[in-house]
Amino acid sequence: MVTLDTIRPFETPEGVELELRIAGPVPRSAAWLIDLLIRLVVLFVAYLAFIPFAQFGEGIWFLGFFLIEWLYPVLFEVYKGQTPGKRALGLLVIHDNGTPISWPSSLLRNLLRFADIFPGCYGVGLVALLCNSDFKRLGDLAAGTLVIYKDDDVTRLPIPEHEPKTPPISFDYPTQRAILDYAERHERLSGDRSIELAGLLEEMTGKVGQENVEEVLGYANWLVADR
Amino acid sequence: MKQERFEKQNREIWLEFDEQLTSTSAKALSVEDVKKRARVPWLYRRVCSDYAMAKYRHYSPTLVAQLHDLALRGHQSLYTKRVHWLSWIHNFCAVDFPQTLRRHIGFFWLACALLVGPALALGIMCHERSDLIYSVIDHRNVASYEYMYDPENPKIGREEERAGSTSTKMFGYYISNNIGIGFRIFASGILFGIGTVFFLFYNGIFMGAVAGHLTRLQYGETFWSFVSGHSAFELTAIVISGMAGLMLAHAVFSPGNYRRSHALQRVGREAITLVIGAGLMLTLAAFVEAYWSPTSLVSNQVKYVVGGCLWLLVVSYFSLAGRAAAASRISSEANHGN
Repeated sequence: MVTLDTIRPFETPEGVELELRIAGPVPRSAAWLIDLLIRLVVLFVAYLAFIPFAQFGEGIWFLGFFLIEWLYPVLFEVYKGQTPGKRALGLLVIHDNGTPISWPSSLLRNLLRFADIFPGCYGVGLVALLCNSDFKRLGDLAAGTLVIYKDDDVTRLPIPEHEPKTPPISFDYPTQRAILDYAERHERLSGDRSIELAGLLEEMTGKVGQENVEEVLGYANWLVADR
Repeated sequence: MKQERFEKQNREIWLEFDEQLTSTSAKALSVEDVKKRARVPWLYRRVCSDYAMAKYRHYSPTLVAQLHDLALRGHQSLYTKRVHWLSWIHNFCAVDFPQTLRRHIGFFWLACALLVGPALALGIMCHERSDLIYSVIDHRNVASYEYMYDPENPKIGREEERAGSTSTKMFGYYISNNIGIGFRIFASGILFGIGTVFFLFYNGIFMGAVAGHLTRLQYGETFWSFVSGHSAFELTAIVISGMAGLMLAHAVFSPGNYRRSHALQRVGREAITLVIGAGLMLTLAAFVEAYWSPTSLVSNQVKYVVGGCLWLLVVSYFSLAGRAAAASRISSEANHGN
């Protein structure tokens, strides 16, 4: 099945296919802006803090400026996988083979930012990013890195217990999956929405309203139940 | 198999794997813990196969998502390169950096020519003609350079030095300014090398003009003794940054049998090795330039001798370091082949 989305599958040596969700230019720019703000604030505070130390303080300030200008994203990416801005947007930087980013790769992708920003507002980077399917700017291309969405912790949603009901027909896989998905999310749906969604199967169940919902939950129980 | 039984049969394994991934304390593992750790690769393969099974059998979406999450975390944890930073630094300085430079020595000489060529030309021309420097550098800067290296002044060095500033201030300034220049020379190479060539050329012209002009004014003694100490590290590092930039440009222009992005990725790994090395050298240069070069405690002769020794050190480092390791690796590969 061909899907039009930003999921990038990659195969591990164990032969299973894992999926990464690639992040596009908009959340990445937002993350960058947040980081820029943080950096400016830190530099300003450092400036105030080091003024009293005259020449020595100025030297330290220059060092800090260098670190924040060039190495701020590198340090955060290597130790945390994400800068504070990316963290706020739920983004993560990793190698395109799914492994955590290393020092040289992070340094490479962040040094090449200088070329990506050219001639202003990430002009080059944006063009590069829109020319490949993985949203890679030049720095990502050279370093072999991806910016992906960090998945929230997956919580299992229990399927509400009901008397298992044998469905009248054998479901195809997408339908089976949809029914299980519905059952798992049932607790989170409002009552009306729950009835509305189950209503799609009214013709098959021959029931309406709450009874119909219970019928569908019965199918879901039958699908997973070990009997 | 129905989902419930599948979960019941394998839940223990998933929980154990999850626990192993979460407990990150690598220190002070008991014998019991080590035994458990040893099971991680096996657990990982089990989780992978369970994930594939759950997906294939169309179990409920959150179960599949949960197993996907476990497998991805396992993959990231198992396939990460773990090198102790000390051994990484040792390998980098003793083998990687000089070897990478020698492997691409052609780019080194090209970058060298782009920096030194204009420097020599402008140096000689500014030495012959007194007014030429004003068409390269504006008159206020020329005046400040003349003032800085005037032998009449008790302290030499860049202008800020004059105001009685401490060496630490200059150290910070040199780090921020010089390493920044090195990084920019490198990074702009990816834009078809235009930036790299421009920056090398520009810096060459600037250096040459200042050196030629000051020598003509008989300020050579103060100027050359000041720059002799850090020049070995600084100039070589700038050339290496340029070389790394040219390598990127070459991958973009002529990717050979690879796709451009793939060629870039291959060369990127070596280029960043060179840039890290150049950054370290520029840090050394900043130390020397801030604390040694402006000192008036030693005579100029001593400075020239030290500067010469540092040049000798840099040249022999790049021509000799890492050769034994390379030779032993080649011979071991050859034995392997037999």
